[in-house]
Order: sequence, then structure tokens, then C-alpha cells
Amino acid sequence: MNDTLQRLSERFTDQLLETSEAHGDPAAVLRREALLPAIDFLRAEGYTVLEDLAAVDYLTYPLPQPGRLAVMYQLHDIERRRRVRLKVHVSPPDVHLPTISNRWNIADWLEREAWDQFGIVFDGHPNLKRILNHHEFVGHPLRKDYPIKTRQPLSENDSLVDEMALRLRTNGVLLPRHDREILAAATPFSDHGEPAPPGNVSFGARGGASAATLEAVEKLTAGGAVLSEPEFYTDLHTDLMFLNIGPSHPATHGALRTFVALDGETIVAAVGEIGYLHRGFEKTTETQCYNGVIPYTDRLNYVSAILNNFAYCKAVERLLGVETTPRCKAIRVIIGELSRIIDHLVCVGTNLVDIGALTNYWYTFNVRERVYDIFDKLTGARLTNSYGRIGGLARDFYPGCTEDILKVLVDIERSISEVETLVKQNRIFLDRVQDVCSVDARTALSYGWTGPILRASGVAYDVRKAYPYDGYDQYDWDVPVGSVGDTYDRIFVRMYEMVQSVKIIRQAIKTLPGGPVNVADKNVCLPSKDDTYNNIEGLMNHFKLIFEGVKVPPGEIYDCSEAANGELGFYVVADGSGRPYRNRCRPPSFMAFAGYPEMIEGYMIADAIATLGSINIIAGELDR
Amino acid sequence: MRSGRLGAPWSAAIPWAPWKRDGGPLTVGLETIFGNSVVTTKIDDVLNWARKNSLFPMPFGTACCAIEFMGLVSAEFDLSRFGAEVVRFSPRQSDLLMVMGTISYKQAPILRRIYDQMPEPKWVLCMGVCACSGGFYDNYCTVQGIDDIIPVDIYVAGCPPRPEGLMDAIMKLQAEKVAKMSVLRTRGPEAPAAVAPLASDGGAVTARPTHESPGP
Repeated sequence: MNDTLQRLSERFTDQLLETSEAHGDPAAVLRREALLPAIDFLRAEGYTVLEDLAAVDYLTYPLPQPGRLAVMYQLHDIERRRRVRLKVHVSPPDVHLPTISNRWNIADWLEREAWDQFGIVFDGHPNLKRILNHHEFVGHPLRKDYPIKTRQPLSENDSLVDEMALRLRTNGVLLPRHDREILAAATPFSDHGEPAPPGNVSFGARGGASAATLEAVEKLTAGGAVLSEPEFYTDLHTDLMFLNIGPSHPATHGALRTFVALDGETIVAAVGEIGYLHRGFEKTTETQCYNGVIPYTDRLNYVSAILNNFAYCKAVERLLGVETTPRCKAIRVIIGELSRIIDHLVCVGTNLVDIGALTNYWYTFNVRERVYDIFDKLTGARLTNSYGRIGGLARDFYPGCTEDILKVLVDIERSISEVETLVKQNRIFLDRVQDVCSVDARTALSYGWTGPILRASGVAYDVRKAYPYDGYDQYDWDVPVGSVGDTYDRIFVRMYEMVQSVKIIRQAIKTLPGGPVNVADKNVCLPSKDDTYNNIEGLMNHFKLIFEGVKVPPGEIYDCSEAANGELGFYVVADGSGRPYRNRCRPPSFMAFAGYPEMIEGYMIADAIATLGSINIIAGELDR
Repeated sequence: MRSGRLGAPWSAAIPWAPWKRDGGPLTVGLETIFGNSVVTTKIDDVLNWARKNSLFPMPFGTACCAIEFMGLVSAEFDLSRFGAEVVRFSPRQSDLLMVMGTISYKQAPILRRIYDQMPEPKWVLCMGVCACSGGFYDNYCTVQGIDDIIPVDIYVAGCPPRPEGLMDAIMKLQAEKVAKMSVLRTRGPEAPAAVAPLASDGGAVTARPTHESPGP
């Protein structure tokens, strides 16, 4: 038995309902009372990162469950490279669970999402409100009894003043430091008798304003009073200015909204709002067969669609117990790394445009078009490629593909060095990005950050190194890390990652094995066209796989890959049919944007714009 | 520039045009007095010519399609060749609203407000199947086509459309909509409104069903 599960079962003998280690993915089902003690126990054991928190509705699940709704807590020990999942069941009408938002910063938003989508109430949560759906929405759409096509229009957008009032109070805006600490201790974060972790108040505010404003804020936010929007503004005789950045703003890359309180040009409090591109990925994919989900995964992080395909396929393959062929693995590495490069090119290019360096955009986009030409030839699409398949790939390389890729790598290297030359010694650029919105490793981990932005803060965690898949451990490459965690580091970690990706691709092409790209399993991969058209067994096999989907035995898995923005995880619950019972996506952008309001507090608007580009929020992935 | 170039369909329709008979230089109207220093033409032709070649797009990009738009304005496809490259992120400074990407119900009031903020005359380009019809997001949170919210002038099919498709749509819009505007439309009490008010019957004056869209 897994060491952690062993210790958990010793410690919580009575409250542990079930343990499982299927597919090398340890999980434990607990009674509700044991949740907080178990989480604290595991935190002390070294599981210091909350990777994911998601709910499942077992209403129509064929196997009996301890309760209708379940919440899973995916914990990660980033140093010892191990994971464990805790699950707690509740049944309506009693859908209460204790909050863990006082333990991890990211739990705040993840619990809001579980409330929004499943209606689970987290007692003690500072502001349990909807996050992906709009504030006029009624019901909880991811519950199995919510009809997928019941649409609810919105008349007016949320004013966000409640969150802003809470944030002003949490930040202790305008207070001397010792008073701020008293205030922080008095916030709902400490309801469970535990002091708020330093991450929650680490940035503080650098602003200063009149005593009258301070009094007004105190008066208005005391006791958690709920104010209407006009009251909030008129009664707050303030010299703060409130400003919406987004959702329609050139730098918000799609659909993000940040509501900021400004003292002059300095942001003293910020709250983020997401959900503007919430398009029901998780609910919609429950209606598709396993391979039919792949086009939806394209549109998560649409800048590097192929990486999402592969991440999803890998999760389902692990649940099926299928091992892909060596050639498939190598092609996934090559094409995946190419996707990572074009993602980083867009990120760096648009980030530099946002801070006024337009030339780099041409350099990065020209070479991106060259990569698109290859994708176009290989997959038939420029952007949304749908190249992965469960158990393999949509098709093998076309003749001459590796030569095309090797040729484009030269262009990529030139483009990277051109951009580097343009910006690295540029005084204006350096002034804009160095020591701006720095994030320390502890805060980054508390927000569940992964990928380039976590590495910029100095934590060398890369899924490709920590949990090697697709043979990444055969190649010789390094993980670039930053030292300060500022915008400069975030940009340059991406730049150097592109160089490493080029290195990986060259090695993978040199050692590219032959053989088939799809596994020879009739229950997983489509038969050859020759069989489909020429014999009845092949035709039936094809028909059943297309119409009924790949049959995945009942079970569940959390599996992750290193996508361009970080750890892209899929928590798939299978019920034995050809469609996923629950398909939860753990999006790295969600974690990044949850930390964004706290990052920009104390900095200027212009810094906030430069920072937003550097954390590369892709709305499709953020809102799903 | 000679008036004959701007008003080509008009001049072709007049068989007794004097310059055709004697074959001499074009001299009609004021040009008989002032020579080549003036051009006579119709006010609509001049205004439409200018409008057509200086569209100011407001890119309302929410999703994947916006990435293809970025491809369109970059060096490879270079939208500026067609006189529509100066993007304005302020709706008050633009006349072409390009809706690129899925519109959720949470986004819908914002889209409507941005449309209302744009000054007349204005056009709406609807890029990609999500904006046209909801696409394969037939679910609780996605608007099933933005023509429920705002009138649409031209639809572009694709998921996402290729830059060539978007380019084609912009050129069609210029030729079929922008070049056929008339200043008379805003004069007088009976003049038709540029855009019909939103009604339950769809409201969009010139909207066509999506299956007729100019795809790539």
C-alpha cells in the first residue's frame, strides 16, 4: 500500500471509508468530519500544494456511492513528487463542507467554482459567490439534473462592489502597518482559529490616503454589511478612484475583468472577475464520446491546441491502461514542443506589444506562420488541430515533415535571438519589467501556480521532469528558472524554454523510431481504412468506436501534463460507457489569474498591464 | 482622379456621353471651366470611397478567432493592404465591430453596450461559428448566435475561419455594404434608420442566415 495512504489509514481508522491506488493514482474517501484534520495531517506530511479541488455529482452513476455529491482535493508534495487525492461525499440537502480557503489562497476561487457549478456550501468561506456563471444565474449547471440546454440570459453585469469592499478591508488599505495586521487577523480568513498564512497578506498596499477615507471604508465594510452599488460610492467620501480594466480592453486578451481601486495611479486594491468565456466545457464533454472531446480540448488553450489534445489523451489512456507506441510518443514530443514554442512566441510577442514594443510582434508572428504551415499540412488546420487520439494520433507524419520541422527550427532560433537582442539591453524595457509585480515562491505555490510563472519564482517544477511521460526523460534538456519572480523573469523563462524545446525537438527527430503511431487494440483505435471498407468486422468495429466511443472501465484518475502555461490536469471519472461521466479540467490559467489581483496591488496600472501579459492568461482555458 | 473612374457604372449607363462621341478629353460640368484642377462626382461616391478604404475595426475578440485575427493583421496576411488595419479598441472611434469568438450570456450585455457606443455609420462582422450560431457549444452558458443581441452585416464561417476567409469577408463588406451607403439615409423624417431597432424578429436589416456566409 502506498505509504501516505498507509499513514492516513493508521491515523484516521474510523473515518476512512475507502482507499484506492488504481492506475498509480492514490485516493482516499473520508467522512466529512475528518476532512480538515486529514488535510492538516497531509500538509504536515509535505503535501503543501493544493493542485485541484472539484466536485462530482454521482446522481446517475451506476456504482453505489457514499453520497450524491463528492468533492475531491488533489494534494501534491512538490518536493517528494507524490500526489494524493482526498474525497468527501455529501448529499443534498446537507451540502456543507468546511472551507480550506484559510490554508491555500487558490482554495478561495476553487471553492467558489464548486459552489457555482455544484451548489456545495463551504462554511467559513469569505465570499462564496458565483465565479464562472453570472450573478443572475439560478441553479447549479454541472449537477446531473440540470438540463444542458437551459439557458439563462443576463441583464446587467455584476458591479463587484462587495468583493471590492472585502478586498479593501482585507488589505487594510490606508492603515498603518500594525493596524493592518490586526485587520488581517480579524478577516473571515481566520474563522477556524488558525492564523491566516502569510501569503494572504504578503503584498500589502503601498498607497496612502486621508483619514476620512479610512473611516468611511471602515464604516462601510464593518460587520460584513452588504451595500448596494450607489450606497457604496456615495457614502465612501473618498479620494480613491474605481476603475474597471476590461473585460473589453486590448490587454485583457479576450475576456478578463479587473476592478481596481486607485490612489492616483497606484492600485491599492484589485479584484478579478472571470467567466466571460465560460462555454461549458465540462458539461458539454459529458455528452460526447471520449474521442469527441478532443475538439473541445483544442479550444481550452487555443494558442497551443495540440498540447491540450495530448494532455487529455494521456489521462484517458492512463485510465484505460493503454501504453502508446514509441513512434507516437516521439511525435507527441516533437509536435507538442512545437506547440509550446508557438504559444510562448504569442505570449512574448503580445506581451511586448502591450508595453509598446511592436516590432517583436512581427518577428514572433512571422515564424509562427511558418509553424502553422507545417500544422496545416500535418493536421489540416492552422489553429484548432485535433491531432491527438486516444491511443495514438490522427495520422502519421507526412513525407518530408521532419525536414520541414528542422528547417523551421532555424527560423525559430533566429526569431528568438532577434527578439532577445531587441529587448535584453533595452533600458525602457528593463525599467518596465524588472522588479515589477514580483511573486515569491511561497505565494506562488499557495496559489497553485505551475509552469513558467512558477519557475520564474524560482521553483524548478516541470511535469516533464518531475513525472516524465512520452519519454521526456530520454532527452537532454534543462529547466530554466527565474530568481526574482518579476515580469522580467516570467518573460525570459519563456524565452529560454523555447530554446530548450528546440533542443528537445532536434533530439527527438534524430531518434524518431519507426512503426505504427496507433496502438494495435481494436477497442481503442480505429481499424485501418482497408479493413473498414473491405470487411464487415472492420466496418462494425469502426462504427461502434465512432458511435459508442471507446469503452472506459469505471474508475477515476487525475493526470496532468506540462502544457504551455503549466500543469494541465484532467480529472476523468468513467462509468463504463463510451462517454466521460465527469471530465474536470484543471487549468493553469485559472490559478494564475486568481493570484493576479494580489500581484498588482501596490503597483501602477502600466505595471499591471505588463504583468497580465507575462502570466499569459488564455480565456478559453481560464473559463473553460 | 477623373470622375469617370469613381462613377464608372453611371457613365457606362449614359450612351450619349459627349466624351465618347468626339474622343477628346473628359470635360463636363465645372471641369469645362476649371480644367483638370477639379473633379466632379457624387458626394456618396466620395464618402463611400473614403469610408471603404479607412475602416476602423473594433476587435471584440474573446476566444480562438482572435488569434487568427492577430494572424491577419501581422505581416504574413497584412490586412492593411485592404484599408482596414488601424484597429481601435475604443468603440467610439471605430465603425466596424468585429465579433471574434464565443459570446457567453455573461459577455452579452457588454457586447451590446459596445455596439451601442459606436457612432453611425457602423457595421458588424461576425467571425466564426460560435459568434454566428453558438457552434458546438450548444449549452447553458453560450449565446446561440450574436444576432440575438446585435444586428450583423456579414458572417464568416469556420472554427476558426482562416485569415483568408476573414479577408474575403472584409472585402465583401466593403464592396457590398460600405460602398453602397448614401448620405440621404440620415436626412428627412422618413429616412430609414441605419439599423433597425432590435425586435423579436431578429431586427438585423441586412443579416443573412449563416448558411449563406462567405466561408473560406
